[in-house]
This record gives sequence, structure tokens and C-alpha cells, in this order.
Amino acid sequence: MTKEESQNIKGWKRPRNIATLLSVIVPGAGQLYNKRFLKGALILIVAISFLITTWNYIDIGLWGLFTLGTIPREHHSVQLLIQGLISLIVLAFGIAIYIYNIRDARADAIDGENGQRKPSLLHGISDFYNQGFPYFMILPGLLMLLFIVVLPLLFMLGLAFTDYNQYNAPPRNLLNWVGFDNFKALVNVGIWKNTFMSVFTWTIVWTVVATTLQIVLGLFLALLVNDKRVKFKRTIRTVLILPWAVPAFVSILIFSALFNPTFGAINRDILSQFEIMIPWLSDPFWAKVALIMIQTWLGFPFVFALFTGVLQSVPQDMYEAADVDGGTRWQKLRHITLPHLLFATAPLLIMQYAGNFNNFNIIYLFNEGNPAVRGQNAGGTDILISWVYKLTFETNNYNMAAAITIIMGLIVSIFAFFQFRKTAAFKEEGRY
Amino acid sequence: MNRKTKSKIELTFIYLFFIIMFIIIGYPLFWAVMMSINPGTNMLVTDLFPKNPTLEHYKWLFTSPRSDYLVWYKNSLFVAVLNSFGSVLITSLIAYAFSRYQFFGRKYGLYMFLLLQMFPALMGMVALYILLNTIGLTDSLWGLLLIYLGGQIPFNAWLVKGYFDTIPKELDEAAKIDGAGHMKIFISIMLPLAKPILAVVALFNFMAPFMDFLLPRIVLSSPENFTLALGLFNFINDQFSTNFTRFAAGSILIAIPIALVFLLLQRFLISGLTAGGTKG
Repeated sequence: MTKEESQNIKGWKRPRNIATLLSVIVPGAGQLYNKRFLKGALILIVAISFLITTWNYIDIGLWGLFTLGTIPREHHSVQLLIQGLISLIVLAFGIAIYIYNIRDARADAIDGENGQRKPSLLHGISDFYNQGFPYFMILPGLLMLLFIVVLPLLFMLGLAFTDYNQYNAPPRNLLNWVGFDNFKALVNVGIWKNTFMSVFTWTIVWTVVATTLQIVLGLFLALLVNDKRVKFKRTIRTVLILPWAVPAFVSILIFSALFNPTFGAINRDILSQFEIMIPWLSDPFWAKVALIMIQTWLGFPFVFALFTGVLQSVPQDMYEAADVDGGTRWQKLRHITLPHLLFATAPLLIMQYAGNFNNFNIIYLFNEGNPAVRGQNAGGTDILISWVYKLTFETNNYNMAAAITIIMGLIVSIFAFFQFRKTAAFKEEGRY
Repeated sequence: MNRKTKSKIELTFIYLFFIIMFIIIGYPLFWAVMMSINPGTNMLVTDLFPKNPTLEHYKWLFTSPRSDYLVWYKNSLFVAVLNSFGSVLITSLIAYAFSRYQFFGRKYGLYMFLLLQMFPALMGMVALYILLNTIGLTDSLWGLLLIYLGGQIPFNAWLVKGYFDTIPKELDEAAKIDGAGHMKIFISIMLPLAKPILAVVALFNFMAPFMDFLLPRIVLSSPENFTLALGLFNFINDQFSTNFTRFAAGSILIAIPIALVFLLLQRFLISGLTAGGTKG
């Protein structure tokens, strides 16, 4: 059949449509129709073995995902939920293979219509290797990512819409889908509402104040060390980076001891000189002050090192031009140094904010989120993530913990959005 | 007042500020060192400058039959070495694909990495525990390693991909003309040129198991499987005031090597972060 003839055939009788249709009905059939026998047989075998091995699992998984089980003690809702989610992932892989099969059959048929010769077997294999190469590269990582990062997050997403808590736990009881009840409880039910509001506001204050302080201190020190008149720059830099080099959990626990009211050195050795005793661990306000000070101590070296690195890349001729125009030091800082620094580091600074928002370690290691506060089920210094930890591992309020996790996820996504905008802007600008 | 004296006064204030910062940075660390050489384990009778300093706590860590310190050190090293190698392998493969190839889902994959790197592992801890339980890897260092390896992907893939992007494409095109295959280009061109960022990834992931106590706390339950961070935390978790001197000694022994390596390599870290982290 020549090129003209094949193009005269209209409608679905054209080979490309027949091949597509055959592949839609039976994976691999389109390839067989295209006379690509090995490929067709391979796809057919993969499809059949996929169905045989996973059909049962997916069937139960999807059923479990919808019902969460029907017979108490026999059906374990949590395991069914996980099986359901894994089924979704496996299904997605299956659909991807299926779509690949259809598109491949159509593309081959179009090639045939245009009179291109059927490639040899060896050629076909090498094509497959070339096109598939990036997929082989990412496959191991992708699988790990799906099961270790994505699946658990999906699971939390699911839990937030169930009634899983310490009184209603499998295998003794079945879980139920409860819609948005947990979220409603967070804003309506007294104790949850109070706790959520106070933890949420403190999380925001903590994120903004602690991160901004560490950035400002880091910036200030970087500018000072960069001053031409300062000597021993290397030594000064090394000492200033020290808090970053010491493992954070060690320094936090040291601070926790330092601030301890009975034996800690801050009250016993320093403040006692002025006859002051501050209840660092038992008063929420002072505990928060201590936490912010400690985080500044821990966090400024990173910002300092970052800014020091970038400062050296600020073009010197800009300063010389400013000198000629009689610019003051403040003007040079404001219009040359700061824009340059912030522009180059914005994505990393946004990550600092996100990092502190999720900074479980310092809250938990310093005082385990305590002191306890009357009328709420989180401690006075708990931020959202440490509250989630307590709800999950101490009081087994899985559903509420999951609901709060989702709210945190939304906030984190906002950080990611801004970071992406900054990163994209950076790329388009292309100055570096 | 002329300009010279003004500048001198300014400089004095700058140095004064540095000295204050040095004290603030140094005091807690110095205090911990001094605590570790105080005799006895009772914190209430410790002195900043003990009258008879002793190394008994260091000795206790290594020689007492009740101390698991060496086992914890070995566990941490085991996880750290494998984590370091594994993460370099996995992330460099992913980053290579994302940096050099066009494929289905590439753009959304990048968005996904960016988003996922902000979610701490703690958010999915319940599911992770159940999953580990299903495959029988709770209370096992392998299970812990698996979580570390998976969890590091989004951030590091992003970082390494950014660095790969700065390696000129002309290099691999030239190699392709010379007949080099995909893997050959990856191994003999990309990997050697990306050594600095790969060193950063290796270092990050080597240090993570020494610093992290949260995941081990959830995954590991028997003391002979503990990593250092978890073991040391448990030292003082129960009876804070009675074990702090031992904790201080144990901490100093891990803080010193880590801090040294870190100070030596932090320049690479910063250049890696600014080169790879900010370019999309």
C-alpha cells in the first residue's frame, strides 16, 4: 500500500486507529497487528502477569479503602487502608504501562502508514533502551520515594477523615469515614479549639521571630567580618560557625541542663549574682524566651556562612561607582549589598522558615513541649509538630494528629510555593 | 573628632561584639566539657572548675559492662556509612535523569521534590511504623536505613540536579559523538565533575544518623540496636540530674570528630548549597 492510498482510507479503518483500538482492548494486540511480534508478546505477557499477581490484592485493597472493613476483629481497618493506598499506587503503574502500550501501538502504526520500514529487532531493542533510559535511572529512587515518603503522607491524609483514636482502635473496632468531623472539632469543640488556637499562634510567632532573629544576627555578623579593617577573619569565622558544627541534639540538651532551675548554670552561677531567679522551664513565657534564644544560637551560623559566601561575589565595581557618586555606607548597604544577598539566598532563607516551622527537635529536647497548661492538651511551648507527636505517640489520638498534619501540610505547601517562585525567578534572571 | 579616631572606636566596638559572641558561643560548650570532668554523677554538687578533675566518665563509657557506648558507636557508623553510599548512588541517578533527559512527568517530578522536601518524616511516622512492621524491619538498623535513604531523596536530588545543570551539556554531547553510551557518560563525565556536590551529599547523610534521635526513637526499641543520639538521649531522659556528667562525656566524644570534619568541609557545603540549591 503506497502513501497516497493509505491516506485515502478515512475514519477508524486507518491502521493507526485499528492498532490503537486493538491495544485498548487487549494490551499488545496493536503491536501484533503492526507485526512487531516480540514487543507485542512482551507487553501481553507483562499485562497478563500484572493482572494475575495483583488482581486479588487490588480488589481487596480498593474494597477496603471504601469500606474500611465490615467485620470487627476480622478486618483490620488500618491495614486495609494501607493496602488500599498501595493498591492505588500499583494501579497507577498498571495504567501507565497500559497507556504506554496504546500510544506505542498508535505511533508504530503511523510510522507504518507513512511507509517507514519496520525496524530490525536489534534496532527496536536499542530504541527501547534509549527511550527508557531515564525511567530506569529514576525507578529505584521513585519506588523508595513512593513507599517511604508519599505513601505515609497519603496514609495520614486518609486517617484525618476517620475516627481512629485510643477508644476506637482496630482490631477490636472498625474505623469509619467521618468526613470533615475532625477538622470541625478543631474549630468547634472547646478543648481542641483552645489548644489549637494557642499552639497555632505560638507556632507562627516561633517561626517568624526565631528565624528572623537568626537571619538578622547572621547577616549582621557576616557584614562585620567582611569589613576590610577586621583582622583574623579566618579564626573569627571558624568560631562563629562552631554552633552549627556541634550536633544540634547535643547542644540543645546542654542548654536544657544550663537552663534547669535547680542545677543549671544560668540561674545558679550567672543570674544569682544579680539575685534573680527565672523559672525557665516551668513558666510558659520564659520557656518560650529561652527557646527563641537557643534557636538563634543554633541557627545563625548557617545564615552567617551563607551570607559570607555570597558577599564575596558582590561585584566590587558597584561599590566603587557608589563611592564616586558620594553614597553613604548605609546607602551602599541598602541598595547594593542587601538586594544582592537576599536575591541570591532567598530560597534557602525560605527553607529556614520552613525548617523552624517543623523544628521538632528543639521543642521536644529542651522541655518536651512543657510546661503543662490548664485547659488544653498540649504543653505551653508545643508547636504543631510536637503536638502531633504527642497526640500520636502519647495519647493515640491518631485522627486529630492526622487532621493537624494536613493543616501543617497546607502551610508547608505555601512555603514551597514561595520557594518555587523565588527559584524560578532566579533561574530566569540568569545572573549567576 | 577626626576620621581616624572614629574608625578606631568603631573597630573597637566591632571586636568587642565579636568577643561577646565568642563568650556566648563558647560558654555552653565549655560548660559541658567541664561537667564531663566533674567527679561523681550528681549534678547538684558540680563545679564549673572542679577541684579534682577526673576522666572517670570517659572510662566508664568504654569499660563499664553496663555501658553500651561502643555498640551504639558501631551501630551509628554502620547506618552512616551505608546511608552515605546509598544516598549518593540513588540521588545521582535521579539527578542525572532529571538534568539531562526529557521524559514524561519530568516537570511535575521536580515540583514534587520541592514540595516533599519540606515535609518532615515525622508527619508520616505512623504509617512508616506499620509498614516496617509488615515487612518485619522494626527494631532493626536496616529499617532505619531504609527510611533515611528514602527520606533524603527529595532534598538531595534537587541539590545534585542543580549542580548537574551547571556542567556544560557540550561535554556529554561530545562524548556521545565519540560513541559513549548513557551509562558511560554518567560514570566517566558527570560523576567526576560533580564530585564536590556528591561529597556534600555523602557528608550530610553520613552525619544524619549521628545527629538524629527522633526516627531511631520511634523505630528502635532494644538498647543493643540504639544509635548514639538515641542512647545518649536515654541516658538523661529518665534521670536528668544524675546522668548528665556521663552524657556530657559521651556527647563530647561524638561532637569533636563531627565538628572537625564539618569545619574542614563547610566551604564546600556552602558553595554546593548556593550553586545547586538555588538553580531550578
